[in-house]
Amino acid sequence: MNILNFLKLSEKVKVTIDGMPVEVEPGTSILNAARQIGGDIVPPAMCYYSKLEGSGGKCRTCLVKVSKGSEKDPRPMPKLVASCRTNVMDGMEVQNITSPEVVEARRGIVEMLLINHPLDCPVCDQAGECHLQDLAYEHGAEATRYEFDRRTFDRIDIGDKIQLHMTRCILCYRCVFVADQITENRVHGILGRGDHAEISTYIEKAIDNDFSGNVIDVCPVGALTDKTFRFKNRVWFTKPVEAHRDCPTCSGKTTLWYKGEEVLRVTARKDEFGEVEEFICNTCRFDKKETKDWVIEGPKKVSRQSVINSNHYDQLQPAQVVKKNLELMEANKEQFERATKF
Amino acid sequence: MGRKLLLEHINVPGINTLEVYRKTGGYRAVEKAIKTMSTDEVVEEVKKSGLRGRGGAGFPTGMKWSFLAKPEGVARYLVCNADESEPGTFKDRYLMTNIPHALIEGMIVSSYALGANTSYIYVRGEMMPQIRILEKAIAEAKAAGFLGKNILGSGYDLELYVQPGGGAYICGEETALLESLEGKRGNPRIKPPFPAIAGLYGCPTVVNNVESIAAVVPIINDGGEEYAKIGIGRSTGTKLISASGNINKPGVYEIELGVSVEDFIYSEEYCGGIANGKRLKAVVAGGSSVPILPANLILNLVNGDKRLMSYESLSEGGFTTGTMLGSGGFVVLDEDQCIVRNTWNFSRFYHHESCGQCSPCREGTGWMEKVLHRLENGHGKMSDMDLLVDVSKKIEGNTICPLGDAAAWPVASAIRHFRDEFEWHVRNPTLAVKENFGLAHYADPLPELVS
Repeated sequence: MNILNFLKLSEKVKVTIDGMPVEVEPGTSILNAARQIGGDIVPPAMCYYSKLEGSGGKCRTCLVKVSKGSEKDPRPMPKLVASCRTNVMDGMEVQNITSPEVVEARRGIVEMLLINHPLDCPVCDQAGECHLQDLAYEHGAEATRYEFDRRTFDRIDIGDKIQLHMTRCILCYRCVFVADQITENRVHGILGRGDHAEISTYIEKAIDNDFSGNVIDVCPVGALTDKTFRFKNRVWFTKPVEAHRDCPTCSGKTTLWYKGEEVLRVTARKDEFGEVEEFICNTCRFDKKETKDWVIEGPKKVSRQSVINSNHYDQLQPAQVVKKNLELMEANKEQFERATKF
Repeated sequence: MGRKLLLEHINVPGINTLEVYRKTGGYRAVEKAIKTMSTDEVVEEVKKSGLRGRGGAGFPTGMKWSFLAKPEGVARYLVCNADESEPGTFKDRYLMTNIPHALIEGMIVSSYALGANTSYIYVRGEMMPQIRILEKAIAEAKAAGFLGKNILGSGYDLELYVQPGGGAYICGEETALLESLEGKRGNPRIKPPFPAIAGLYGCPTVVNNVESIAAVVPIINDGGEEYAKIGIGRSTGTKLISASGNINKPGVYEIELGVSVEDFIYSEEYCGGIANGKRLKAVVAGGSSVPILPANLILNLVNGDKRLMSYESLSEGGFTTGTMLGSGGFVVLDEDQCIVRNTWNFSRFYHHESCGQCSPCREGTGWMEKVLHRLENGHGKMSDMDLLVDVSKKIEGNTICPLGDAAAWPVASAIRHFRDEFEWHVRNPTLAVKENFGLAHYADPLPELVS
């Protein structure tokens, strides 16, 4: 057994990211190696999605500096590389937040991503759980130097439940990959090129597939939104609760977003990097909006830094549904205690 | 007179037909290579010749060929990049129009060397006449037994196809070209893997420029060592230069690498001097992507020596005082030309041609174009120059493919060398719309180096 373990370990490659060593399987990307370490040194990723084959390399926010190529070839790489699409080598040394060059390049890329973004966060449904917001907050500059008209598009309905607002899109291609890989027929793609490129359903043809709603979850910004939730509420006023149901099409594992006793929205469960754990079907997402449809598991763990947490748990009364459900009451004990203080 | 290898028989009437091309010694290289040489020997000759890629990057062709992966039972492809769309470059079109068989012959020899049984010539979609010319030439070659099954009784099979592109500049980038050839949207791929490992249809592929492939013919005919004797240093052989702009004799010239820039511009053999008795202001030496240089820096190096037309000499001084040979699109600007307008024009091109896949290039090219448009039309600010340099730095090196660099370099270099002209535009907005800045000090002798 020990020998087996030893063999298994020896196959792994050692890589150092910002001075932190980690051993990973060969063929792992730098980004995924960094995610195994976790914390601040994980490069932000706007287009890479581990569940979507072929994604990544486009947004360039995850650029890192490879200061030592590998044990065999210690030369540094001449340019910054996209960590999501560059595989680790044994003995590789990577600089992310410790390299001023990387920080500077990332600041530039955030600025580029924002110059044509409408910055309409006050009326955007994604605000509060938007990756671009987080990215801009963490890595961006305070002000823009862009003084020209921003690119705008008309809103398009993709089917009766999803709305595409291209003006907000950062062209990460994630939804294109979902349409390619999760759904069966390719009806989704990119039209045009350069800064006029747009996500299109090709002559606005609606995606007709049980899993089409997942494009909403993978969208890092508010370009693809759930029409059943549009303008219903701000995400930080809603309370995420994990739940499941017996679904014949998908795993049925979801997050319900409550406001009071009402389920405002259903999404797939997301991990700490904002990626869904399992894709869910449209029935679960759009049609099951009653508490009785679901088996509640308990409140979703929300990071302390999240706007969802800071605005809701501390100041608002726990939702009615939590008061009625014993399990939820137990899980929200802390909340109740805090609520009684007010 | 410099030696001509590619354009030697350009003036022979009917050179575009197989019959006349054969009479001038055509298809000797195919016979020599296939009948008397092994594939490795052909690659070895090309390596010895020191031939460097003529498409712009200048990567040694022989080395590129030797990197080609050769797994058992997997097809290999040779793809000729004839998607020539760089502003200022028109040499490949000239070669294909007039001597199509030079390219076909080079394709046969190169495909043989690489062991490819199917090869493609990816031609820019706008070049429909050239596509027809090539197809006619391929039919002639096939009828003569130089293409198809069992070429010259050697047992080697080769099919050659011409593929028209959709007309996007980005499809000249090798991986975007392969995507387009596969029938997909022409977006550059993320490298690695490089085409030598996984290219067309996932198979090992070599992508070469038209001129590189045509240059293989004289290399095989005369031997690699003979070819390497032409030129200077590591810039061996001859190069086609597309000369355009304010010169007396614009056109395509074949030069021996190592001719001085001054000779190239002023001698009667080549450009014949600046048109209308004007004075030289600036030169874009290798197609719109390379840094622009003022007259004094393009004619002379910083140390006072003459600058030569070669890969090394043109890039002497890095991007501070040098430029690149690039694809050989030699654009000459006289004293009446406005650098700001020229830069805006180039920038507009890159904005239009950016594929939109990665964010710095998609957003940055449009931003630079808008700022330059503002400067050119008298609405500029003094801070715009620093802004442009900064934006170009944010694009350069951070993109998937070299289009980002190509968009950034002309802007950064124009501001580096012609900053006073930009500032003049800001200070005199009404005047700048009517008049040009003129030659100013851009042709003044360079200051002596202080040791």
